[in-house]
Amino acid sequence: MNKRIIEENIFKILMIASVCIVLGSLMVIFGLVIVNGISSLTIQMITQTPALAPPGSPPGGGILNAIVGSLLLALPATGLASLIGIGIALFLQADFLHPALSNAIRFMLDVLWGIPSIIYGIFCLMIMIYIGMSSSLIVGIIALTMLEIPIITRCMDESIKMVPIGLREGSYSLGSTKFETAIRVVRRQAFPGILAGILLGLGRGIGDAASILFTAGFSNRIPTSIFDSTAALPTMIYNLYSTPLGQSKAFAAAFLLLIIVLVVSVLSRLLTRRFKKHIIK
Amino acid sequence: MISYQIETKNLNVYYHKNHVLKNIDIKIPAKQLTAVIGPSGCGKTTLLKSFNRLLEIQEESKIEGQILVDGENILDRKGSEVPDIRKKMGLLSQKPYPLPMSIRDNVAYGLRIHSNKNKGEIEKTVEHCLKEVGLWNEVKGRLHDSASRLSVGQQQRLCLARAIAVQPEVVLCDEPTSALDPLAAQQIEKLLLRLKKEYTVILVTHTLRQAKRVADYIIFLYFGMVIEQGPADEFFNAPKNPETKAYLSGEIS
Repeated sequence: MNKRIIEENIFKILMIASVCIVLGSLMVIFGLVIVNGISSLTIQMITQTPALAPPGSPPGGGILNAIVGSLLLALPATGLASLIGIGIALFLQADFLHPALSNAIRFMLDVLWGIPSIIYGIFCLMIMIYIGMSSSLIVGIIALTMLEIPIITRCMDESIKMVPIGLREGSYSLGSTKFETAIRVVRRQAFPGILAGILLGLGRGIGDAASILFTAGFSNRIPTSIFDSTAALPTMIYNLYSTPLGQSKAFAAAFLLLIIVLVVSVLSRLLTRRFKKHIIK
Repeated sequence: MISYQIETKNLNVYYHKNHVLKNIDIKIPAKQLTAVIGPSGCGKTTLLKSFNRLLEIQEESKIEGQILVDGENILDRKGSEVPDIRKKMGLLSQKPYPLPMSIRDNVAYGLRIHSNKNKGEIEKTVEHCLKEVGLWNEVKGRLHDSASRLSVGQQQRLCLARAIAVQPEVVLCDEPTSALDPLAAQQIEKLLLRLKKEYTVILVTHTLRQAKRVADYIIFLYFGMVIEQGPADEFFNAPKNPETKAYLSGEIS
């Protein structure tokens, strides 16, 4: 056989193998979570908060507090991070700074993106103790916001950068100002990418345990104020898994977390498709 | 007596450290079709972009001299007045870039920015502009469709429609037919010929034949310098400069 054809086939097999590995591990993770958690997956899980259980039996009640806690932590954090992120992204794009400086900022954001989330957790913990606060919803939100800012900012930055210069020129040539061009043209064109960035941030935020471990703390109750500490799904999973006989409940919680992330991704896909209608390729 | 719409005096443009346009002194007659010709990279597009001050959105460009539009130096205008200059100059770029909105909104965009016309008047103007460019019959049933779904030729005509919707004085065309198929290109050429009755049209082109077909006035650029300028028939039939002769005969390109 021809050398070029062999080459072609080798790479084909390599690629198919990589796809199989990725999809396969995803299936295994799903399967494991469902198989292990199915026995505890009851309606109680999502309607009740944890309850005391007699010794020797699995933890009682549900994990409603963690579901609510996760949403109360991740949604405001994503909102805040998006607001700050769009500001930074627009600032970087508006050429206020020397290109070398904006590229340095981009590089720093990329580094921040890669920093393990426990570092954000510890950092917020230190500040929290310094100003005399205790673990609470608000500190957890701040930690998650910091975690999400680099992700969201860089996604927004890239998607704004992808807007063709001809599109801006077209808008400018009609006599529109920079602001009108940014809001009416660039924003429309970049919106699907911006949305994707926000949802990526949300996904990271809702699934992260390390950054909220110390900052949001843990509680068996649904928080009633932003100064209450709260459980979230990741910390709840950790907690349940380390409780005797709690493993299958932990898997059930993991399954719920997976469902939430899945719902968010599917919703984002649908939303993005709606906004993609007018995009210029 | 011809009146001139645009006049440049000692115009010099630098990109980074390249001296792209050198001592450009040209006059562009009003309500005629002026073709800017010359080989690739001779500064045609740069010249066009300095007219509507789009040059300055690119980093590290420097522009010196004077560009007089209706007797006023537009390079003197400061930041917030620049959109007014651009409004006077419609732009048709090489590749059409419709705005990311519906066909109707593409034309209405400029109207909404510059006038406080009510809905009915906007509808009317949109229809009028689309008819002007011969697009109305093709799109009247799908005005709310995305502009990106039109063919390239239709997109280019839509860009022309949105440009004339804000009632410019000049229409700048940067090789508007080079991305189009021959039929669509012909449509654009015909439109430009019609538009020159109302607007001053400046057409950058690198095809000599196109310039011959449509131009009234020619500016020949070579390596950033104006080699020759004058009425089209003089330019093609009795070129004065040896370089022009060489270019016309295809010896340099």
